[in-house]
Amino acid sequence: MTIPSELSYTAEHEWVRGEDVVTVGITAYAADQLGDVVFVQLPEAGAEVSAGEPCGEVESTKSVSDVYSPVTGEITDVNPAVTDDPSLLNSDPYGEGWLFKVRVTEEPGDLLDADAYAKLTEGSES
Amino acid sequence: MTARPTPLREVHESLGATLTDFAGWLMPLRYGSESAEHKAVREAAGLFDLSHMGEIFVTGPQAGEALDHALVGHLSALNVGRARYTMICAEDGGVLDDLIVYRLDEAEFMVVANAANYPVVAAALAERALPYDAVVDDRSEEFALIAVQGPRSQEILAKLTDADLDGLKYYAGLPAVVAGADALIARTGYTGEDGFELFVKNADAVPLWHALAEAGADLGLKAAGLSARDTLRLEAGMPLYGNELTSELTPYDAGLGRVVKLDKPGDFVGKAVLSAAPEPTRKLVGLVARGRRVPRHGYSVVRQADGEVVGVVTSGAPSPTLGKPIAMAYVDAGVTGELAVDIRGSHEPVDVVDLPFYKKN
Repeated sequence: MTIPSELSYTAEHEWVRGEDVVTVGITAYAADQLGDVVFVQLPEAGAEVSAGEPCGEVESTKSVSDVYSPVTGEITDVNPAVTDDPSLLNSDPYGEGWLFKVRVTEEPGDLLDADAYAKLTEGSES
Repeated sequence: MTARPTPLREVHESLGATLTDFAGWLMPLRYGSESAEHKAVREAAGLFDLSHMGEIFVTGPQAGEALDHALVGHLSALNVGRARYTMICAEDGGVLDDLIVYRLDEAEFMVVANAANYPVVAAALAERALPYDAVVDDRSEEFALIAVQGPRSQEILAKLTDADLDGLKYYAGLPAVVAGADALIARTGYTGEDGFELFVKNADAVPLWHALAEAGADLGLKAAGLSARDTLRLEAGMPLYGNELTSELTPYDAGLGRVVKLDKPGDFVGKAVLSAAPEPTRKLVGLVARGRRVPRHGYSVVRQADGEVVGVVTSGAPSPTLGKPIAMAYVDAGVTGELAVDIRGSHEPVDVVDLPFYKKN
């Protein structure tokens, strides 16, 4: 399973790229566990989000999961491509399948590095 | 409790399947994209491991009479080589399982039961057959079941057997040699497509799977998991035990009263209650969501006008064929007006449609 080393991660399987304005998506591991993603609901630009709080949802054939914001801040941009074509979360989770961007207003807390995230997913790999 | 593997576990693992615990069995949920697997079955063919299903044999001079007493159908009237969809009910009329019964010979029947239920079914059959000259033998442990489903399935299977597939009707079974193995070829399925289910001994499962995979390689055959199987059967409007069928419901409640043969000779378990059953207060309907959020099992169906709960979703999924979320639901028989499904607090509008959602050409 791909876990790019330059990104940060959460235990809820989001990835985070950047510093002041961060880009957020879900990991390849999460996409694989979900199966084919058919629906994505995201916060709107301008919305305030809090680290660890649900701010959207991702629905697949078999299940629905909340999307948690990894950081606290203001949504500056959402990816219209994934609402039109949710399968981008499966085909390119770290690229075209990004979900939203947040202007960070509080120092991020407990984000994981790639090694720590890899350890987290190993235990639950079926 | 550890889930039991089927004889094909290593094949699934080598194909990169996501395995899941289903009714105590370790089964392939999907191999890659479940939508692609679903599509392959609609357009070409899919290969399924259904070895978790139960096979219970009822044999003896009175095997037919024993089944007439134990089940709601008229099985003694079944011709040798044919199969019938039927149910086993409790005394109170509640459905214990839905079944396919094959008449293999004058005095030999095979009852195919769901994975979660076959121990219960085998025990009930054994008890109900006691007064009859018939023996009930649960042979589920000996058999694997592999299905080939989809418009190209006959073309694929024909490469591996000399059996007369053209002459094999829907809901019929034929003992034959397939890829060198003794098999019962049944023209049955749970996908809404033409297709075959092959009952073989456990030891023959892996070679048969490989032979089928190879025969179908250039015809679009794809291994398909339980996720695709569920969306296929849902589109075809077929009930799933535990969702549309439960011990709390009679066959009439599920809109499947046609399987209850009240006028067959003799008494049968559940007859007293079923023959006096009042009109059901709820009916099973199809729902198509107007939006993209998916109604799922257990969600409430509400009247749009006032939010009053008028039913419950039994199964729901995004339909790959329709490109929209679909669901089956029990709703109050007299309900009128626009309906919606309560999807995590928001009332999403749905249209009520006749089942099935999909019918093959």
